[in-house]
Amino acid sequence: MNEIRSQGSPDVASASKVGLGDGDIHPARKGPKDFHPWLAKRWQDHVDQYGSPGRQGWQSGPAYPKSQPNASRRDAVPPEGGRPGSSLAFMQTQHLDANNIELGILNPLGSGQGVQNPELSAALCHATNEWQLAEWTSKDNRLRASVVVPYEDPVTSAAEIRRYADNPAFVQVLLLSRTAEPMGSRKYWPIYEAAAEAGLPVGVHAFGYGGHPVTPAGWPSYYIEEMTGHSQCQQAGLTSLVVEGVFERWPTLKTVMIEAGFAWAPSLAWRLDKHWKTLRSETPHLKRLPSEYLREQVWWTTQPMEEPDAKENLLDTIEWMGWDRLIFATDYPHWDFDDPAHALPVKATEKQRRAFFIGNARQVYRGCAG
Amino acid sequence: MSRHVVATAREIPEGGRKLVMVRGRPIAIFNLKGQYYGLLNRCPHQGGPMCEGLITGLREAKQPGEYIYSRAGEILRCPWHGWEFDIRTGQSYCDPERVKTRTYPVEVAAGATLVEGPYVAETIPVSVEEDYLVVEM
Amino acid sequence: MSLLPKGAIDCDIHPSVPSIQALMPYLEDHWREQVIIRGIDELNSISYPLGSPLTCRADWRPKEGRPAASVEVVRSQALDPFGTSVAIANCLYGIQLLFSEDMAAAFARAVNDWLVKEWLDKEPRLRGSIVVPTQNVEMAVDEINRCAADRRFVQILLLVMGDTPLGRRHHWPIYAAAEKHGLAVGIHAGSAYHNPPTPVGWPSYYTEDYVGQAQAFQTQLTSMICEGVFTKFPHLKVVLLESGFTWLPAHLWRLTKYWRGLRMEIPWVDRAPADIVRSNVRLSLQPADAPDAATLMKIMDHMQSDELLLFSTDYPHAQFDGTAAIPAGLPESLVRKIAIDNPRATYARLMETVA
Repeated sequence: MNEIRSQGSPDVASASKVGLGDGDIHPARKGPKDFHPWLAKRWQDHVDQYGSPGRQGWQSGPAYPKSQPNASRRDAVPPEGGRPGSSLAFMQTQHLDANNIELGILNPLGSGQGVQNPELSAALCHATNEWQLAEWTSKDNRLRASVVVPYEDPVTSAAEIRRYADNPAFVQVLLLSRTAEPMGSRKYWPIYEAAAEAGLPVGVHAFGYGGHPVTPAGWPSYYIEEMTGHSQCQQAGLTSLVVEGVFERWPTLKTVMIEAGFAWAPSLAWRLDKHWKTLRSETPHLKRLPSEYLREQVWWTTQPMEEPDAKENLLDTIEWMGWDRLIFATDYPHWDFDDPAHALPVKATEKQRRAFFIGNARQVYRGCAG
Repeated sequence: MSRHVVATAREIPEGGRKLVMVRGRPIAIFNLKGQYYGLLNRCPHQGGPMCEGLITGLREAKQPGEYIYSRAGEILRCPWHGWEFDIRTGQSYCDPERVKTRTYPVEVAAGATLVEGPYVAETIPVSVEEDYLVVEM
Repeated sequence: MSLLPKGAIDCDIHPSVPSIQALMPYLEDHWREQVIIRGIDELNSISYPLGSPLTCRADWRPKEGRPAASVEVVRSQALDPFGTSVAIANCLYGIQLLFSEDMAAAFARAVNDWLVKEWLDKEPRLRGSIVVPTQNVEMAVDEINRCAADRRFVQILLLVMGDTPLGRRHHWPIYAAAEKHGLAVGIHAGSAYHNPPTPVGWPSYYTEDYVGQAQAFQTQLTSMICEGVFTKFPHLKVVLLESGFTWLPAHLWRLTKYWRGLRMEIPWVDRAPADIVRSNVRLSLQPADAPDAATLMKIMDHMQSDELLLFSTDYPHAQFDGTAAIPAGLPESLVRKIAIDNPRATYARLMETVA
């Protein structure tokens, strides 16, 4: 097979004169040794011997085999080799430059979150945070980092957040959506306290392995079901945040729901409102309609953007949510990537497009107001 | 329309492919068992570079649990979202009901961009003249 | 207020088992005695806490005893005020929560016999759903076969959250039995609690549990479609009961997008998920989770179908005030479809005995 190199879609960059924000970029390690400058030898040895399993059974590879290697676009393998997303230079050429990204939020995965051994989890998360600074944000000032935390140990997570609270390279705290308990649970409150104190939004990214089946009725058979199920997992996590009173308790806390689409949000808001009114006596700590918390304290990254056959239906969804709620994201270099040139195939005003593609991100992520 | 020599036949062995530029448009040329086929290098879904996709066979099923495998080496998976296309005809397999009712243009008018509708990849006929591959666009 | 037409069909009401004592005449000797020996008090699921404002609307709640516990009460509260011609009784006694297959099967038999004697025999407007021990699919099929001869049973009742996703092949004998007997498969809100009732663990509040039912329906729809249930059983009618419905279009957009790229994993799914839903899946009206009629109409426009919704009151659960079971502001033709045409088209057996 002949080698083909693609450089992205040059006509997109010229089509986008305004710089775009990308709420979800996945930098990857070239190999396990990338973390070694910040990972104690004791943990390097531990990983060599015992690995770093999360709450699923394989020594390597995800619970459900992906549909493409590393769940990535096949054209995102760097020319020098290595995993998609592991080369800053290639990310710049193929994505940041080509798509005119002026603000890219890094959400590193495979960073030790949810790893069974809590000390190892904390060590890997911390190494990830230092690695983001050394290899990414210090080398390209369009990029911003997320504080990756070992969220099943909330006290350690809070300390990690406080460590970076004053570093402007960090604009978000990163959690994964499949937690061991619904994420509004008191167990996790130290994280929200630290994030609110630091003025950092909490990004909740799809995936994680909390140990529960991806449906509330047991394990499904197929990868497509796991992928579709991220929507339900995020709905459950968001419901928990609302009903447990996290938004009420920390009214300045912002959350961003990442990589599970967004069109599910209006129905969830209506359903929460309807039944909360009937069941009010159970939650005296909630002083507002659930939808009000969602309207003011929650954002959604757009990818993977839902694709109704009648494209204009998506306008209804966005109207129900508000144009100020959405943060454009590509999920580069993953396979279900949304290309900015095609991502918003509906009639929108210039003001709406600007909010969608960059304005809302600048509102949510500190220090990024252009 | 004009005729463009894009490669020699020998450059693209059986099972191989080559990306060429013709009049500013990227065309992916495939050799299936000695026959040559061209596809515009933009997936009709979101514009992914078709030439970098994996070539596979087709799996179909009449019943759950069946994976009836056929047409090895004739299907191209878009490297982004994995939509499957018949290399020869450009027709997608991602939504079979709709594909049955659709036709697609055999000739490609110069200057045309993405094909209307998401289910057909734009094909470009390739002819072999002596040892050369010729695209008429 | 949209007026309910004469002859409306209520596809989801909940007569209560007043207490386990009511089932004793319908249990075999061994099980009747087990109840006494072991002090088996009640089999009430936390899906509907007895005293919760949602479990029973305040004006339907009796001073003593359980709501909806007698034919007289159900007539006067659920049937007469709405002028319904037919109501389908879905009994939510928690037999699916049991771990012993044999015990579950025994109680399923008892509930179904009790439903026939105490309800269907006494009130000609009532129809029933067959409660089955999903703990053991063979036994579930036995129970379906046993009850199916009584044409007043129109549906098989499953809970939306059991042990494994409902699309999985080991459940298929249930769907084969449904097709064979011309029964719909009703999937109702509620859990067996053999898994945490959310995909991210056990919640702290009932509010989370109840709101989260919608996500369970989403995952079950995914399962049934992806596993090819509707390829294998093309005539099967599945009804989502007490599920809400405004989540449906967004969910199908997402599932369809993934299906287009992941078709290779499930090549037997040869139609778009939305097409499958339009032909094989229906949803009961209450709880109507659209904030107003305009939104409800938009959702149906997104779904490209007005055939999906089946009228229900979800009696005695608290979903609306007075008799406003049909959301205000809907066109009369649509109301008629929801109240009469769609239920008739869904429940083949209804047509046998409804005038």
